[in-house]
Amino acid sequence: MALSAADVLAGIKEIVEEVAGIPAASIELDKNFTDDLEVDSLSMVEVVVACEERFGVKIPDEKVTDLATVGDAVNFIVNAAA
Amino acid sequence: MSQRRVVVTGLGATTPLGADVASTWAALLAGKSGVRLLTEDWRELLPVHFAARVATEPADQMERVEMRRLDRSEQFALIASREAWKDAGSPDLDKERLGVVIASGIGGVITLLDQFDNFKEKGARGVSPHTVPMLMPNGPAANVGLELQAKAGVHTPVSACASGAEAIGYALEMIRSNRADVIVSGGVEAAIHQLPMAGFAAMKALSTRNDAPERASRPYDADRDGFVLGEGGGILILEEYEHAKARGAKIYCELVGQGLSSDGYHIAAPDPDGAGVQRAIKFALADAKLSTKDIVHLNAHATSTPAGDVAEANALRLALGKDSDHVAVSATKSMTGHLLGGAGAIESVFIVKALQERLAPPTINIENLDSAVTIDVVRDTPRPLPAGQIAALNDSFGFGGHNVVLAFATL
Repeated sequence: MALSAADVLAGIKEIVEEVAGIPAASIELDKNFTDDLEVDSLSMVEVVVACEERFGVKIPDEKVTDLATVGDAVNFIVNAAA
Repeated sequence: MSQRRVVVTGLGATTPLGADVASTWAALLAGKSGVRLLTEDWRELLPVHFAARVATEPADQMERVEMRRLDRSEQFALIASREAWKDAGSPDLDKERLGVVIASGIGGVITLLDQFDNFKEKGARGVSPHTVPMLMPNGPAANVGLELQAKAGVHTPVSACASGAEAIGYALEMIRSNRADVIVSGGVEAAIHQLPMAGFAAMKALSTRNDAPERASRPYDADRDGFVLGEGGGILILEEYEHAKARGAKIYCELVGQGLSSDGYHIAAPDPDGAGVQRAIKFALADAKLSTKDIVHLNAHATSTPAGDVAEANALRLALGKDSDHVAVSATKSMTGHLLGGAGAIESVFIVKALQERLAPPTINIENLDSAVTIDVVRDTPRPLPAGQIAALNDSFGFGGHNVVLAFATL
């Protein structure tokens, strides 16, 4: 099932707000999860698992380190679902 | 060099009677019960349908995002510690001289069981990455230490229902031995869940008075039938006396000593002779340089079990001799239920308040005093304590045969 980048971004915003308490409005494509949004390593695991459940994709552990920004995650999920 | 003295400069609590120390103490003096019927469906699976939940849910006292990565016991520890720290005037000190000693009897048992449910339902991927920091018994102490940036040491003694008192005693020794000047100490417990309750029920340790939950916790009553599980926690800020004076801190009283012993008798049953309890009282008095004449008040362990209450009462009689006639004994678990690892801590908070206001809290639900109990129990209404310099003891005992007695005195 194809996902639109806009839908994935909206979903990630909800997940990050739920897990880390970051207001959705401040979550943008160029934001770095660690440096800008202060999502720590444990919370990042929660974000990944929640994204897998929500978007029906697999995000292998070795790929997680490549997902530095919100945009990286959106691209990965859109491609994985395509 | 004379021994460094340790005083109490701050108090915090979240209990079945109130969201803080002031509301808890007011309810305690009014003789209110914090015991209620549980609202969860699972209560029907158990022989016991009631417990003493905290009066105010942590969700009303902390942010959602902070809560979701904390076990309930850790939430209680942070809530009570924040109150105590503020009450102490948020002391400004070198963090290498600040310590934390907060105990729990069982640790993050609700997290452990909830995450096992997740595992069974969703597999390993369904288990939260916060599981281990949430379930570890040192989690409450660690989270408070992190928040306050304490660097003198963060510790968690574990001795079942004596844990909270043991933590306060450990903190006393840390300050005496010059490892720290200020310690956040106490105990918490969050174990109201069907599994630990089923375990205690299987031991026949819990009251099953389902038709009258508020009357179920009745220490020293002839018809007592077990304890009532409670939750929450209590925190004391302990501080080296000169340090407290130098910063102009409000000083409640002094923690003058502790006595520790073990029964070597049975894993769960009290030694009917109470020899271990008597030794712990003797050691506490010696450590505090007090005589039995100085003691005017005692907060008993008295959980409302048939065997435990009488064994303790007999031990008190023997240890204090005829001086037990002028010791006002309060069994506050009659109102709070039994907070396990939090019990010794909230009961220490109660002793500090009792010395401050010179008022011993009541014991409720005694309809017929057990004829085997020959100590002077404060019943139904608070009793004034004498003027002048006075001292009080706090008894705490735990499964495993652990005995801890703390001694507090007015300055």
